Amino acid sequence: MNIPYTVEARPDTGLPNGKLGIWLFLASEVMLFGALFSSYILLRVGAAEWPSGELSVPLGTINTIILIGSSVTMVMAWASLKLNNWGRHRLYLGLTFLLALVFLVNKYFEYAEHLHLGEGPNHSTFLAIYFTLTGLHGLHILGGMVVMAYFLGPGAKMWKTEPEQFTNRIEYTGLYWHFVDLVWIFLFPVLYLL
Amino acid sequence: MDYPATHGSHAGHDHAHDLPFWRKYIFSVDHKVIGIQYAITGLLFLLFGFSLMMIMRYQLAYPGQPIPFIGNWFGADKAPGGIMLPEFYNQLGAMHGTIMVFLGVVPLAVGGFGNFVMPLQIGAPDMAFPKLNMMSYWVYFLGGVVMLASFFVPGGAAQSGWTSYPPLSVIAPDGQTAWLFGMIFLITSSLLGSINFIVTIVQLRAKGLSYMRLPFFVWAQFVTSFLLLLAFPPLEAAGVLQLMDRLAGTSFFLPSGLVVSNAVLTSMTGVADPTTRAGGGNPLLWQHLFWFLAHPEVYVLILPAMGIVSEIIANNTRKPLWGYRAMVYSVVFLGFMSFVVWAHHMFMTGMGTAMSAFFQTTTMIISIPSVVILTALLLSLWGASIRFTTPMLFALAFLPMFGIGGLTGLPLGLAPTDIHLHDTYYVIGHFHYVVAPGTIFALFAGVYYWFPKATGRMMNETLGKIHFWGSIICINLVFMPMFIQGLGGMNRRMYDGGMQFVHNADLLYWHVVIGWAAWGLGLFQLPFIVNFFSSIKWGALVDKNPWDATTLEWATPSPPGHGNFVTEPIVYRGPYEYSVPGSARDFTPQFEPERA
Amino acid sequence: MHSDPAAIQKSVRGYIMVFVMLMIFTVMTVAVARFHFAVPVAIAVALVIAGMKGTMVAAVFMHLNHERWWVYGTLMLTVVFFLVLLFLPVLTSLDGLGTGSPWLPLESRGR
Repeated sequence: MNIPYTVEARPDTGLPNGKLGIWLFLASEVMLFGALFSSYILLRVGAAEWPSGELSVPLGTINTIILIGSSVTMVMAWASLKLNNWGRHRLYLGLTFLLALVFLVNKYFEYAEHLHLGEGPNHSTFLAIYFTLTGLHGLHILGGMVVMAYFLGPGAKMWKTEPEQFTNRIEYTGLYWHFVDLVWIFLFPVLYLL
Repeated sequence: MDYPATHGSHAGHDHAHDLPFWRKYIFSVDHKVIGIQYAITGLLFLLFGFSLMMIMRYQLAYPGQPIPFIGNWFGADKAPGGIMLPEFYNQLGAMHGTIMVFLGVVPLAVGGFGNFVMPLQIGAPDMAFPKLNMMSYWVYFLGGVVMLASFFVPGGAAQSGWTSYPPLSVIAPDGQTAWLFGMIFLITSSLLGSINFIVTIVQLRAKGLSYMRLPFFVWAQFVTSFLLLLAFPPLEAAGVLQLMDRLAGTSFFLPSGLVVSNAVLTSMTGVADPTTRAGGGNPLLWQHLFWFLAHPEVYVLILPAMGIVSEIIANNTRKPLWGYRAMVYSVVFLGFMSFVVWAHHMFMTGMGTAMSAFFQTTTMIISIPSVVILTALLLSLWGASIRFTTPMLFALAFLPMFGIGGLTGLPLGLAPTDIHLHDTYYVIGHFHYVVAPGTIFALFAGVYYWFPKATGRMMNETLGKIHFWGSIICINLVFMPMFIQGLGGMNRRMYDGGMQFVHNADLLYWHVVIGWAAWGLGLFQLPFIVNFFSSIKWGALVDKNPWDATTLEWATPSPPGHGNFVTEPIVYRGPYEYSVPGSARDFTPQFEPERA
Repeated sequence: MHSDPAAIQKSVRGYIMVFVMLMIFTVMTVAVARFHFAVPVAIAVALVIAGMKGTMVAAVFMHLNHERWWVYGTLMLTVVFFLVLLFLPVLTSLDGLGTGSPWLPLESRGR
């Protein structure tokens, strides 16, 4: 039994099933991070005092540049498939994975610095929301890396058997990845600069 | 599209008939199997959740008395000598609510009926993402296991209400942590399911099935899925925050300097250095995030029920639904408005008058589409040739019961009257009328109506009528007195039934009435349980369309095979073409071509 | 969706351009923070810059400017609810809302 519009688009909506599915998922993610931003607002407005300068702006800026870069390499990984360039696709997807890894390594150093000073999430409301927001974001990065590893590894076979469906799946991975980048674009100024 | 008939005798490419038992019935990706799994699991949880309440009702009717027959089952930490401890009462209360809402009604209404019926009604071979569908069920199942297991955790299950308000829920015993993890599983299951439903309805409709030809049931499931998709994530976030307060010592919801049992709250119990909590948190933050979901959640509870009732009323009046278009616009508007009314659950939290006025206004506005839908269904009965089958009895009863539930909500939605009624038994009466003789009756109606499609056999009408009449009488005796108690000022969630307050003295007797009515209600579910299982084996055999209905699911065999439709379904007309003038029969199905 | 090589190449140029713009905006974000504006102004500026960066990522990398009605519609709806979730809770904590005149200082409005 074949489910229609798994690969080709349905004429009246112009969408294959997976594309609508991933956008709906991203909509729910907007609400998830929205709840945490809302918590940040309520906690900060209600706070008598709010710390500033506790986070490393240079490290945060570097991470922002890394993540934006990874978004470019991700979209290039998809574009390479559309141009039928398998080698370029592997290069860009691999680069995206590496950049994500560097981001997480930087995050590890950032966290370690605070935790060694005894400044964990229980230390202040600011650190609590900082660890939660960046922690959840970091888990999303990890999730993206798992998916990328799958498409670099065992999932790559699909390019030979169903190239169009494989290209679609890379596109959806890209959409997810750009969203993760988008969240960071807002997280960075809110937590590090304001 | 691939249809089995187009491939000759070999149905499809995946040889469903060759699958081993565990892939055909346990880890199946077929929406019909998954729908039945959700339905049976949901019904079992409804029974279990109801049983918890039947036990609580003994304590309320006869406070301090040992529970008969089963009192010694609970152990000394819950009911020493068979007498219920307050902590156990609170556990039963919190878990009754949680189980009924999240493990019972929604999985049955959305997971069960939505999964089984919706793809059939739109002419699809299955859901858009069958494997995701299977995962949704098993994640729900896991969540259910975690919730049930929480009763056996030291300190007992969650006991801070299904609403889990901090600071109480943060300092509560470990069962609350289990509740939070359970909720994360259930929310994940819901999110995956809602994505599947929306993509399926948008992408997999049969040829000729435009949006305004969809059965109202599908519209109801469609809007419900959007509610689940966008309203659940904030509760997931809130759950994570409460978990961090409980496990990582954060103070998202704990104000500064909180004093518990005469001592300032410390960071974590059992930790060598109990530094005081950072504080600076806000208990109202939890309430906002919780009710942001929980208000749309109540529409998740009612919308599928309205969908089911609509199908059954159209079929058993042999008339089109009155005001189909108005019903569609109303349900979409209702879905949108449900996101901006949540703080009517928080009128007593000291919010400013401007925002209070805002939420009162939106709450009054949201009653309009509900009334439109109820009125349309009532008007659909006018001039009808009514067939009083068991599903129709339950569907008809839904109308006045939902009416009472809705009307009693009005004083709660207006802050001045809510001041008197908030957190009283009046609230319990209000929401139970909507969910119990409202939604659950509609779900029963749906079971009787679609049982023949799922099994190829009819349920027994006599047992069905006993089930109906017993239930409707008992259920009104359970919930009507609660309005009296609430108006008299009796608070909810009191383990002694309010005995300690002088003003409740004349209201206590009602607990005895309610208790016996509840146990009677429990007894009247036995005919249903017996009917359900015996009809699978011995029910009267039926063919494709035993109800002479017009929607697409009745074009398939009973039960449908893998892939559902033998030939590609094509839709020629709207969903409720009953008693069309000039037609030989009193119904013209959507899927039959024009006669020459 | 564009599928021929020429169109993809054009898109690639677009991606590079957006990358450069995003780098510029990132530098601006950090630089602006050094000015230590008053808190409401700082928030507004930060959100405007972040909003522009986000729009570019969404429109170009996520192809939203070519996307279909269903996707747009869902996102518009989500943005509305996102804003509701972000701002209504904090508004309920401002007890002075609706009293006095918006032009008077906050102190005289019980805040």
